[in-house]
Amino acid sequence: MKVLVPVKRVIDYNVKVRVKADGTGVDLANVKMSMNPFDEIAVEAAIRLREAGAATEVVVVSIGVKQAQETLRTALAMGADRAILIQAADDVHQDIEPLAVAKLLKAVVEAEAPGLVICGKQAIDNDMNATGQMLAALLGWSQGTFASELAIEGDTALVTREVDGGMQTIKVKMPTIVTVDLRMNEPRYASLPNIMKAKKKPLEEKTAADYGVDVAPRLTVVKTTEPAGRKAGVKVGSVDELIAKLKDEAGVL
Amino acid sequence: MDFGLTDEQRMIVETTRAFVEAELYPHEAEVERSGHLRPELIREIQGKAIEAGLYAANMPEEVGGAGLDTLSWLLYERELGRANYALHWTCVARPSNILLAGTAEQREKYLFPCIRGEKWDCLAMTEPGAGSDLRGMTASARQEGDDWVLNGTKHFISHADLADFAIVFMASGEEETPRGRKKLITAFFVDKGTPGFSIREGYRNVSHRGYTNSVLEFDNCRLPASQLLGEPHKGFEVANTWLGATRLQVAATCLGRADRALQHAISYAAERRQFGQQIGKFQGVSFKLADMATELRAAELLTWAAAWKFDQGSVTEADMSMAKLKASEVLAMVADEAIQIHGGMGLMDDLPLERIWRDARVERIWEGTSEIQRHIISRELLRAVGG
Ligand SMILES: Cc1cc2nc3c(=O)[nH]c(=O)nc-3n(C[C@H](O)[C@H](O)[C@H](O)COP(=O)(O)OP(=O)(O)OC[C@H]3O[C@@H](n4cnc5c(N)ncnc54)[C@H](O)[C@@H]3O)c2cc1C
Ligand SMILES: Cc1cc2nc3c(=O)[nH]c(=O)nc-3n(C[C@H](O)[C@H](O)[C@H](O)COP(=O)(O)OP(=O)(O)OC[C@H]3O[C@@H](n4cnc5c(N)ncnc54)[C@H](O)[C@@H]3O)c2cc1C
Repeated sequence: MKVLVPVKRVIDYNVKVRVKADGTGVDLANVKMSMNPFDEIAVEAAIRLREAGAATEVVVVSIGVKQAQETLRTALAMGADRAILIQAADDVHQDIEPLAVAKLLKAVVEAEAPGLVICGKQAIDNDMNATGQMLAALLGWSQGTFASELAIEGDTALVTREVDGGMQTIKVKMPTIVTVDLRMNEPRYASLPNIMKAKKKPLEEKTAADYGVDVAPRLTVVKTTEPAGRKAGVKVGSVDELIAKLKDEAGVL
Repeated sequence: MDFGLTDEQRMIVETTRAFVEAELYPHEAEVERSGHLRPELIREIQGKAIEAGLYAANMPEEVGGAGLDTLSWLLYERELGRANYALHWTCVARPSNILLAGTAEQREKYLFPCIRGEKWDCLAMTEPGAGSDLRGMTASARQEGDDWVLNGTKHFISHADLADFAIVFMASGEEETPRGRKKLITAFFVDKGTPGFSIREGYRNVSHRGYTNSVLEFDNCRLPASQLLGEPHKGFEVANTWLGATRLQVAATCLGRADRALQHAISYAAERRQFGQQIGKFQGVSFKLADMATELRAAELLTWAAAWKFDQGSVTEADMSMAKLKASEVLAMVADEAIQIHGGMGLMDDLPLERIWRDARVERIWEGTSEIQRHIISRELLRAVGG
């Protein structure tokens, strides 16, 4: 079974994000970019399936600017077998919206015929949490979202989902789309020998036009602002005072 | 000239940095405060480093290393150099390249176990009476039949307590040269436990807490000829062939620590407020940052250029000395100014700055003092014009 893992290049989670002066978005010029952390977990999950014999090949795909090939190389160094870059933008500030990404992924799925697609549950830049679900809808496949565990059993997959208040295990028919949550695994370090080998692994370069998908934005960003600074806290003298404040001022009790 | 990193180099930096931050930083306070590295901790981190292919990555691929070019290797050294020295040197060891000079049997006995993390090496040249002037060493080796008999004392020998064997340099005779009589030096492998070889606790020093040094005593220590490293009387030739890049390694680890201090200083200058504004708005602080960053960049470029020349086969002694001299001196300046920018907080061991400042001190002394580096650089300049 082939596993397809889409990976997104996003602003590194350690970077202190700054809003562009004109308010159209976050400033990405000369900023450290990395693989979306949830996608790293997805790559790790796919590699573990291959190591366990449940998968035969891990193909990673990234959609965005040309520099996304760095992200793909990192996935190859972690252990993915092959990569596809779909160049869909020239400007690092142009985000490709989930529907366009899902349409491109549908075309890749049709060409590659994987038995499983593992996505991150969301990208940490715009937190859309939509691509996996849209892809499932476009393909008419089953889906298991917010997965913290995944087991393949013949033509079904057992997906343990992190839902409000607990865990839910569902059985879905393969082929399927799984979107992974934080607790699925701890991604490995790309080891030095694998980094050196990654260069020799195939990386195919495509464009959105090759798949006939229009990636023009459908959404308009009205305004981007920094979160308001946190107000200073207060010290309370007693538990009674705390309870009173939670009741009367915060209104949470 | 290309000043960009390749994809591989970028990923080496990312992996090594991630490892250092996740696996080494959390244990720094323990090692700094106790001055001791627990054996269980060593094993735990070592296992992870081996899995990530970071252990002994300085070695060529044929013997189980990462097979890095010099620049890539030094990028890795810079990342490791950010952390407490005892932690990175012990748990992510880089066995001495001189082990590659051994015979096939010696590789089996010493090199491969070091690469697999089963043994540690140490290297003993310095004596109480011979530091910069290594040729002046008096510890001796004399041939008796097929055996060699070693006598004398070595001191300041790093991590000899932990090491399973020492590579020891001994005076083995003298020869006449046009510039007078010169001592001949021979190198040996000496296993811990060899009769006549003992290791004593060394000195407590200001830099690199948890990283020990020892005194080595040789009292009629008898070795078979199979323990010779290289040819008899060719000890310095072996050392010069295989230890050439260690000055660049020192430079690279200095760059990592200096960068860590600088990043702390930049963040603090942007956060700390006095007199109603960020202290980074005062030129007295911001110009310090500018000088620190500029000097650090200069030291980096000297080091990367020397590394690049090393692989081209065009590096000179002066190139490597300049890199080591500049990087170790810049580290001292950056560490000092980073503390200054932090005010009193910079001195407290809640932050890594006080120890980066302490650790900086040894870098201008070991692997050739700053004066010896200046001597090497100036000799190359003057010799070119017959001086
Ligand atoms: C923590 C630590 C660990 C060490 N680990 C090891 C190890 O593992 N193995 C090992 O073999 N050695 C080791 N060393 C020794 C180290 O290499 C020496 O300390 C160094 O070479 C300097 O020698 P010295 O300390 O005897 O100083 P000296 O050589 O006595 O120098 C004293 C001063 O005189 C100056 N000086 C000397 N000659 C000249 C000259 N020609 N021109 C101008 N100035 C000169 C020096 O620069 C210095 O300022 C270690 C040292 C330390 C501090
Ligand atoms: C060991 C120790 C013992 C101490 N004991 C005492 C004590 O007993 N009692 C007591 O009251 N205090 C004590 N102190 C506090 C000491 O006086 C302060 O650390 C010192 O005044 C500096 O203040 P700070 O550490 O808050 O640094 P900051 O004032 O925050 O300074 C940070 C940096 O900003 C720079 N800076 C600040 N303002 C300007 C400006 N306008 N222009 C340019 N640069 C500026 C500073 O020079 C410094 O480089 C002690 C400190 C130490 C380290």
